[in-house]
Amino acid sequence: MLRITNLHATVADKPILNGVSLTVPAGEVHAIMGPNGSGKSTLAYVLAGRPGYEVSEGGATFEGRDLLAMEPHERAAAGLFLGFQYPVEIPGISYLQFLRESLNSQRRARGQDELSAADFIKVAREQAKLLEMDSEMLKRPVNVGFSGGEKKRAEMVQMGILAPRFAVLDETDSGLDIDALRIVGEGINRIMRAPDKGVLLITHYERLLEHVRPDRVHVLQAGRITRSGDIELARDLEREGYTEAAA
Amino acid sequence: MTAPFPTRKQEEWRYADLDALQPVWERFSEPMTVIVGAGEELEEVWLPVAEDVQVRRVSLALGEGAKARLFMLNTAPVYGRIELEVTLAQGADFELFGANIGTALSTNEIVTKVKHVGIGGRSRQTVRSVLNGKAVGSYLGKVEVARGAQQTDAEQSVKAMLLDRGATANCKPELEIFADDVKCAHGATVGELDAMQLFYAESRGLDPASARALLLEGFVMGLWDGAKDGDAIREAAREALRSVV
Repeated sequence: MLRITNLHATVADKPILNGVSLTVPAGEVHAIMGPNGSGKSTLAYVLAGRPGYEVSEGGATFEGRDLLAMEPHERAAAGLFLGFQYPVEIPGISYLQFLRESLNSQRRARGQDELSAADFIKVAREQAKLLEMDSEMLKRPVNVGFSGGEKKRAEMVQMGILAPRFAVLDETDSGLDIDALRIVGEGINRIMRAPDKGVLLITHYERLLEHVRPDRVHVLQAGRITRSGDIELARDLEREGYTEAAA
Repeated sequence: MTAPFPTRKQEEWRYADLDALQPVWERFSEPMTVIVGAGEELEEVWLPVAEDVQVRRVSLALGEGAKARLFMLNTAPVYGRIELEVTLAQGADFELFGANIGTALSTNEIVTKVKHVGIGGRSRQTVRSVLNGKAVGSYLGKVEVARGAQQTDAEQSVKAMLLDRGATANCKPELEIFADDVKCAHGATVGELDAMQLFYAESRGLDPASARALLLEGFVMGLWDGAKDGDAIREAAREALRSVV
């Protein structure tokens, strides 16, 4: 579904990714773990198309299409979702307006009918409820005044509403307490565990993986995948740290 | 008695459209006086009216511990001027949230003089301008802190977006401070939408043009987030933005 081949990328002329190769087949959840500065977030941004993140070599395809040739909004319409490590605040625009316009923009691009305001609100309320978020929060400006944990939960509500084919989740677990972690983990399973969907889950900690149970775990170090394994690898890392486990 | 007609040599009139002002000057030569008594609170929304030239000149006096919060939309087709002189007694609190939305050859300006005369007053002024064509949008804001008005806390935040090369934004925060224990902050920017906000919106599926339109809306609409009764100004601002974006 997602195939990354020998991907090299630079940010402000500094090489960050140095040949990442990785394939996530449909129906699978893959986790990427790695120390600070190993390039995890850069990989997420490159896949979503953030300006300033330059690919210098290699490539990535999404369902056979050249992912890197698409604009960020085209990637979204194709079914790619990025869960941000630091969700962005947009004062003056309510979550409801933001997500309705986003969803309808995606639907137009796919040649589907737009959702009416009433239908949209129904979907949004339902998704908020499933993630145990007060749906009144959707009337507030995007992420303004939300706590760190609320922002992350709201990212999952967005994912539920936009219903992507593939999600790249960048440290969605950071800033969550134990209960919120379980709710977010269950949300990922509910929304994304399907034979035609896939997830790339970027995390520092093994705890979320106990809820989501990835099919594969990869270790990213110095811009390269240095080890791959199953969830036991994540448990080893949690116990021994990156230096020990990689040795 | 009509006050003498202003000239451009006066700092507070330097960007004004005096030709447009001349025929209506008689109506506006004297500012309207508003007094908020000690401990009282005032919240007002100033909406545009259906006239080519719209002028509002107000002198506002805040008593001890009084609070005033003003939301204003300045979007006259020819010349709009909102002029405000505010005096803050001890512990008074003043907040202004204003937008200039201008198109074609219009001039819209918000001109303030905020005088802190008592201890511990707080003032916040937030002005956003969105301009296209050859429109001019200005904010001239003077903050005066009198001798003895210690622990004054004053802030001015002014931002403008120019959508065409011919549009002009004037941002002029000015401070005159005669006390030594005060906090006066001001910031002014003209220009670009936030790159991270744009990427966030596009990553959700909005094409670049829609993302820009949405963020411009947010740039202005964020002003009214704190208004108790903000529906009318929200609607009026959306309407004004549609003619500009």
